Amino acid sequence: MADSKQPAEERTNGYKSGSNLEKVLEAGHFAVTGELGPPQGADPEEILHKAQLLEGAVDAVNITDNQTAVVRMSSIASGVLAMGAGLEPVVQMTCRDRNRLAIQADLLGAHALGLRNLLCLTGDHQSFGNHPTAKNVHDLDSVQLIQMVKNLRDEGVFQCGDAVKAGVPRFFIGAASNPFGDPLEFRPYRLAKKVAAGVDFIQTQLIYDIPRFREFMKRVVDMGLHEKVYILAGVGPLKSSGMARYMRDQVPGMIVQDQYVDRMKAVIKGIPKEEKMARRKAWRQMGIDICIEQIQEIREVEGVAGIHIMAVEWEAAVRPIVEGAGLLPRPEFEVGG
Amino acid sequence: MIVAEQKPLKEIMELLGDARKVLVVGCGTCVTVCFAGGEKEVGILASSLRMMSKMEGHPMEVDETTVQRQCEWEYIDPLGKGLGDYDAVLSLACGIGVQAMNERFPDSITLPGLNTTFLGLPEEQGVWEERCQACGDCILGLTAGICPIARCSKQLLNGPCGGSQNGKCEVDPDTDCAWQLIWERAVKLGRVDQLLEIQPPKNWSTSRDGGPRRIVRDDLRLVDAE
Repeated sequence: MADSKQPAEERTNGYKSGSNLEKVLEAGHFAVTGELGPPQGADPEEILHKAQLLEGAVDAVNITDNQTAVVRMSSIASGVLAMGAGLEPVVQMTCRDRNRLAIQADLLGAHALGLRNLLCLTGDHQSFGNHPTAKNVHDLDSVQLIQMVKNLRDEGVFQCGDAVKAGVPRFFIGAASNPFGDPLEFRPYRLAKKVAAGVDFIQTQLIYDIPRFREFMKRVVDMGLHEKVYILAGVGPLKSSGMARYMRDQVPGMIVQDQYVDRMKAVIKGIPKEEKMARRKAWRQMGIDICIEQIQEIREVEGVAGIHIMAVEWEAAVRPIVEGAGLLPRPEFEVGG
Repeated sequence: MIVAEQKPLKEIMELLGDARKVLVVGCGTCVTVCFAGGEKEVGILASSLRMMSKMEGHPMEVDETTVQRQCEWEYIDPLGKGLGDYDAVLSLACGIGVQAMNERFPDSITLPGLNTTFLGLPEEQGVWEERCQACGDCILGLTAGICPIARCSKQLLNGPCGGSQNGKCEVDPDTDCAWQLIWERAVKLGRVDQLLEIQPPKNWSTSRDGGPRRIVRDDLRLVDAE
């Protein structure tokens, strides 16, 4: 048991948090993270099942926090379950559902339960989810959340300035960045603000427009931000041409190049509509192939420290993608000091 | 100004219940300007109530009046004398007017005929938009004169969320992204540097979160506070 009076740096052996993800990145490996959506219910089985699919294929796994504003098992509880199943969680925390008191209380608890990575998010608006008449919070924004978590860790103080009394929560602090949101020119600056606030790693929005991502990264590198923060590029396998089209045309803050939509469409050419399984198989193989190809292209972009694979409700795709991209086996570190 | 809109007639009828004699009271200020509760709207609503109650088989007697400002004692005091004749008063003022009436005339019930929606302005004829949340700690000097508290769906203080696209808010394609507007204006005014500074967590205690708010100015009071 660590002595809380001992300086925190000593307890984590010079690491900020001592998490596996931090160690992988610090050691200079190309990191791989995944994503796991908690169930819309209290059954832990689904988490354990998804965890099996991801274990050993990724360095850490994001556990979403009421993703798309739909109520699910809490990210912290799910994270603890996932940890028990051998994964290292990145707990997501949004500003939508909690004020600064609730966030800090939950973070103390999360750390006490052994969670070490945290992703600080604004949160999808509740109007998209299954409780559109809910009141939202947004007491803090994501930049202020990062700052609060950093001050908890590095200064040992709560947001109000009071000292943390028994045990400083030490998280490896992550945040999101959307290179494709508007105003485009402001995006690198917004990332710079997150860096100034104290973020350690960034996971980007899904990339389906690599030239545009390159432009963004060029700005990021010119500003020297890649030397201050680990940037993990977000990718995800497309499941069908319909999904590709939907993401291109309907999802706010998302740009999908036509070539991906076209390739997903072309792959089922000649397969009759009735042969659903055959279409599905062809689509999914193409989705995985495109994703692998993207990872290889993105790896060459200066300033990219890793990849974040978002395979929503398709966790089984992650291992073949990581393997296909030549990123297996994953390096192993002992978590902690 | 305060912007409001009329409640559905059905809801108003339900609120009035079995009241047979009703006074509809309009307000000559904000809600007149936004065509929700001025003299004209009072007249139209009173007619609708008469017709509807007649159709339903128990006609309602409806009188009309409009005061200059329902949120100030001196304008509503003259209403006091005759109120006892009515089963209910229906106010077409904002929530402040409704409460002023209830407060001043505790023996009569004053019911709301409007939904008070926001503090805003007419963007064009027939279109009103919110501009202020009365947070009690104005930050317009830091945000190129455009308020992210009132106009960003997530009240962000440090720039746009990931859902801003083509200048619009992810919540509603008819709503401008406040941060797109802030950014463009800051670029135009040469004030981008301001947006690159981290804005600390907002002090919400001056907002409604601090409880009901009150301003006391002794320099203006007629009674000596001592």
